[in-house]
Amino acid sequence: MVAEKIKLRRTMMYVSGSSPANIAQATIYGADSLMFDLEDSVSVNEKDAARFVIYHALKTIDFGDTETVVRINAINTETGHQDLEAIVRAKPDVIRLPKTSCAQDVWDAEAMIAKIERNIGFKEGTIKLMAALEDPSGILNAREIAKSSKRLIGMAIGAEDFVTSMKTTRSPLGVELATARGLLLMACREVGIYALDTVYSDINNDEGFLEEVKLIKQLGFDGKSCIHPRQIKPIHQVFTPTIKEIDYAIRTFGAIQEAEEKHSGVIALNGKMIDLPMVERARRVIRLADAAGILDGGAYGC
Amino acid sequence: MLTNAVNRNIPEKINNKKLIPYQGEFALSPADAPVASYRKLKKRTPDMGNKIQRDLTAAIRSVGLKDGMTISFHHGFRDGDLTVLPVLEAIRALGIKNLTLAPSSLTDVHDPVVEFIKDGTITHLESSGLRGKLGKAVSEGILENPVVLRTHGDRVRAIQAGELNIDVAFLAVASADEYGNATGCTGKNICGALGYAMVDAKYAANVVLITDNLVSYPCSPISIDQSDVDCVVVVDQIGDSALIGKGAARTTRDPKQLLIAENTTKVIEYSGLFVEGFSVQTGVGAVPIAVTNFLGERMRTQNIHAAFALGGIGAAITRLHQEGYIQKILAVQSFDTEASAALCNDVTHIETETGTYANIFGNGCCINKLDICILSALEMDTHFNCNILTGSNGELRGALGGGPDCAGAARLSIMAMPLIRGRIPSIVDEVNTICTPGTSVDCVVTEYGVAVNTARNPDLTERLRKSGLKLFTMQQLKEMAERLTGKPEPIQYNRDKIVAVVEYRDGSIIDVVYQVLPE
Repeated sequence: MVAEKIKLRRTMMYVSGSSPANIAQATIYGADSLMFDLEDSVSVNEKDAARFVIYHALKTIDFGDTETVVRINAINTETGHQDLEAIVRAKPDVIRLPKTSCAQDVWDAEAMIAKIERNIGFKEGTIKLMAALEDPSGILNAREIAKSSKRLIGMAIGAEDFVTSMKTTRSPLGVELATARGLLLMACREVGIYALDTVYSDINNDEGFLEEVKLIKQLGFDGKSCIHPRQIKPIHQVFTPTIKEIDYAIRTFGAIQEAEEKHSGVIALNGKMIDLPMVERARRVIRLADAAGILDGGAYGC
Repeated sequence: MLTNAVNRNIPEKINNKKLIPYQGEFALSPADAPVASYRKLKKRTPDMGNKIQRDLTAAIRSVGLKDGMTISFHHGFRDGDLTVLPVLEAIRALGIKNLTLAPSSLTDVHDPVVEFIKDGTITHLESSGLRGKLGKAVSEGILENPVVLRTHGDRVRAIQAGELNIDVAFLAVASADEYGNATGCTGKNICGALGYAMVDAKYAANVVLITDNLVSYPCSPISIDQSDVDCVVVVDQIGDSALIGKGAARTTRDPKQLLIAENTTKVIEYSGLFVEGFSVQTGVGAVPIAVTNFLGERMRTQNIHAAFALGGIGAAITRLHQEGYIQKILAVQSFDTEASAALCNDVTHIETETGTYANIFGNGCCINKLDICILSALEMDTHFNCNILTGSNGELRGALGGGPDCAGAARLSIMAMPLIRGRIPSIVDEVNTICTPGTSVDCVVTEYGVAVNTARNPDLTERLRKSGLKLFTMQQLKEMAERLTGKPEPIQYNRDKIVAVVEYRDGSIIDVVYQVLPE
């Protein structure tokens, strides 16, 4: 029984609704997901134009197997409602809710989306949701938000707004985000949804960027939002298992197979006991490598 | 009208000359005739040991320039050229008219040439390309007779065949002595290799050197030899070295260009030709320079050395040469001061004249020894035919350069270009102007992936499968482009007026350019 393939969300690249040229060719940089933005990157008097551009882009451009996400304006605003009315009809894979503070925000959005889906004859639940937590309430309510809806595939932290509300600024080591990242991650892991890290704004600081990517990978995030195509490759490199990791995972499975053939209850690799978490980690490595196209995970039953 | 081998209709005669339609890359042979020369024997006695003329006017008078003659320049200074316009002004002041202007190429800085056409100083053009306001004016029909556009190799062939007879060559050189020995790689404004100028110095009836750095006799190294030179003029400034590459030597940070460069590098890496002792011509521009840098990384990590790099040379190639990853350089022109200066100090950095580089009838040219070349085009059709001359509005805005020469000769000819430019598709059913026949092109590399010309290179597809690059057919790429941009309206031409003829390497006519009708 081969498990369902892992959906990689290592990179979610923002593409502003204000730049049609970037939208048309957004897939070429190989981001796992594209996030078309109607919120912060679009000025107030361009909201409707951007909405139409993204609607038509989703209807006409073939984004292939790249996941399409649209970040709408806040759900408790008129603009946010208008966004939903248009965007649901264009059928992106995911709608991302900004500034989510509590479960009610998700329920409100879900009710509106469900109504539109019924009106236009979509199967209810077609459109998935993501929540961005950008203030202390959101972070403190992370558990209830994570559990709020079957549509919710993941949560992301929006650091810029968050650090402001915490009366601080962003720093290279990200100590100011440590608690928030930890809480969001745990809430995601508890219900088994994706956890995505915030953007890194200084696109010319390659070194600082790489440090942050390594840090959030170590914390356990699934991926990171990015704001420039140049950021994609380094993230993928960090998030793709190394040859050494893959090799170890393959040998772990080899040891299991060997133990089964010998009907041995004890599995060892290099004189070390293999326990269940190790098997789980090995399985995850193989599946990530499979998703990245490095090997065929099916061969290992992953 | 005759139909040529790429299905273009070619008139039988133009400028009172019978045209040969293009018949295939190596279909033609040269006429059975000796190499043409307008050069006369000249006498100089020991007391005439100085060829310095007071100024351009005196030089023009001394070589006897008259109405109806042909003059030439080299374009080694590209956008930094400060020689063409002052010479034309001096000619105009002398009241000389009806000249043929036949430089090795023209760039954007030569827009004011339009004024010399308007007043009758220049009545005919032969060049590698036309750009800017001059390209626009020619496309609109400013000249009575069609312009003749030639590749770098073909220009030398035409001179040797007696089809292009240069009466006076005005050649800017970075340093010269009073007797006419000259170099491009030392001086106040260096342009490095004088590959184009060396040809004109060898064949023109009269040669005027123009320099801003007079050195004591003998100038060294010698790229242009005293025995080919009639006079020397010293001016304040011959050109601006900093503008030669016009920032092209800067490493691009444009993600789309970097992506095309990365894909192109992968094609090279998996082509089967990326082995010890390979040879390459990358050219200049954002994508080729990025390719050079990416290729350099792979050469270092895989410890692969190139036997030689060829063509227009910039800093990126020069550095790989200095590191030992490229053994020799054959430099036709230098694209920046780093490459220009390097030419001077190293016997393995070899100055190469254009005929040696690419003349199809020159008894063996460097490109015949070339493994890989990277080229670009404004548009391509589904048969891989390339247009490098006319833009999406049908106007002349490019140059043939050495593109068709190299593509026809190299073992692997890669076209690297974006699938769309703004709202214009680059891959179409039919290009405006065929410059390089599709039979010369192995593959096109875009930001989306690669299309291989299996008719020319049956093995490449299989080799590229391992590269991870996405492979498409030309038809698929064309449809992808059209899905993004729509299909542009066809350009409206006046089919009764031809404004330019496009010569293939062998002098046959591959296409013609018609007058663009005003919108």
